Amino acid sequence: MALVEIQNLHKSFGSNHVLRGIDFTVEEGEVVCVIGPSGSGKSTLLRCVNLLEVPQQGQVFVRGEDITDRDCHLDAARQQIGMVFQQFNLFPHLSVLDNCTVAQTTVLKRSKAAAEQIARDTLDRVGLSDKVSAYPMQLSGGQQQRVAIARALSMDPALMLFDEPTSALDPELVGDVLTVMRKLALDGMTMLVVTHEMAFAREVADRVVFMDAGVIVEQGPPAEVIGNPKEERTRTFLRRVLDPTHVEPTP
Amino acid sequence: MSTEAEARPADAAPERPGAINAVPVRHPGRWVAIVVIVVLVAMLVHLLVTNKAFDWKFVFEAMNQQPVINGFLKGTLLVTVLSMIVGVGGGVLLAVMRLSDNPILSGVAWVFTWFFRSIPRYILLFTMGTLGILFPQGIAFGVPFDWKIIDWLGMSGDWRFFTLDANQVFTGLVAGVIGLGLSEAAYMAEIARAGIMSVDPGQAEAAEALGMSRGKVMRRVVLPQAMRVIVPPTGNETIAMLKDTSLLLAVPVIGELFYQLQSIGSNFYKTFPIAVAATLFYLLATSVLMVGQYFLERHFGRGFGNKAPRAARPAGAGGA
Repeated sequence: MALVEIQNLHKSFGSNHVLRGIDFTVEEGEVVCVIGPSGSGKSTLLRCVNLLEVPQQGQVFVRGEDITDRDCHLDAARQQIGMVFQQFNLFPHLSVLDNCTVAQTTVLKRSKAAAEQIARDTLDRVGLSDKVSAYPMQLSGGQQQRVAIARALSMDPALMLFDEPTSALDPELVGDVLTVMRKLALDGMTMLVVTHEMAFAREVADRVVFMDAGVIVEQGPPAEVIGNPKEERTRTFLRRVLDPTHVEPTP
Repeated sequence: MSTEAEARPADAAPERPGAINAVPVRHPGRWVAIVVIVVLVAMLVHLLVTNKAFDWKFVFEAMNQQPVINGFLKGTLLVTVLSMIVGVGGGVLLAVMRLSDNPILSGVAWVFTWFFRSIPRYILLFTMGTLGILFPQGIAFGVPFDWKIIDWLGMSGDWRFFTLDANQVFTGLVAGVIGLGLSEAAYMAEIARAGIMSVDPGQAEAAEALGMSRGKVMRRVVLPQAMRVIVPPTGNETIAMLKDTSLLLAVPVIGELFYQLQSIGSNFYKTFPIAVAATLFYLLATSVLMVGQYFLERHFGRGFGNKAPRAARPAGAGGA
């Protein structure tokens, strides 16, 4: 059974039809990168997986359970899904350690001592064990994003969602975050990553999904989708991303 | 003016440039202001000390009377604390209701805010004091319309658990606290709503994505951050409330500070010293509140890099 299975997903914001029938699965242990031009619906798709956006039509199954069903215990489903945001969204009024323990103690009902031990271990995994007592605002963007990853990992998720995790970072800080994500992938974490980092997608992803205008245009191993795309729309997009200074000849 | 300072002694001419002969920027305007202020303060002190109308001895004697002190402790301080508890608690609840997706909840909150913001506090308190007339048989807690239902079923007796004497409820301090508290809740609702809306929606999203329930998201993530925005205007509201306790006269509450002072004043035909005594009481209480506000702001400012602004904040919190 697939970890995540999405069937015929539609989502509109007012008259703007953002997702136009998405069918899509993520298998256990798989790393899937979603690429595509801005406005193509990649982030909306990701946010539908833990129902931060409620789709108008279609189903989202997590481990076979339909989380779009009104009777589904959504909070329980979300505990299995960690999410990392473009703007980090750390809790600024809590220390780094408390950011990583607040959901453990309130949602998973772990004891304070157990939660702190797990938080320290995950912060160690992202290389920030020396920052436990700092507040988020005292950290660089790259450090904040790694804390956000640790906060999500502290909940022992089965799946991690990354919504353009490096897009808000200064270029020299991107590497640290990608290193942590690469390590996570090697450890066997199931990951769904919306990204513009083509090199990362090519190296780490098991499968690359190209989206445009609310539909999945093509998907497959990175060598095929990025290396040798079949669709013209994919080729146009990759040309622009991989060679931003390239000027298209006017016909 | 500065050319003299820049000119270097001709004979020195060292190989390396010497220390700059810096002259501090001059502020002649400040000196003028200081002189004016000193003169004004001297005039004020002279007035306070020499003008017989102040009658300081009588002022302090009046302030030291037991009914007056009781009026200050109960009528002013206690009512302020209780009304603000009702006001802040009710206000946060109303704000959460108002921002809810449920149209019933948000509608109820809107109507409440509309009603209590529309009535002047003096008139509201006056009305609270007379509400007992609506319930000549007291306020009963039990099954609504029980007499109709019992009549319809052909039974007898009543389905009431206990009854309060309405004339006891809507009188004195209780009526005052209910009136001031409900009125305050309507204003606090708007302040709390502004505070909640000031928190980045990404905060609630991140907390929900971690599996936290709506209530936990509010209590653990949104409200603590909203407090940073809510506390300064709430300090203002508390100070305004402290002064609005003098409106308890409308209920009437005769154990209130100003009522007690006035009765002394009219006994001895000394109106002005009584006003001075009341002013001193309110100055004292307000100063204490400002210190409290400073510490609250510092607490809720954690993690935001900005310490509570030092002396400037309490001075700016003058309020209504």
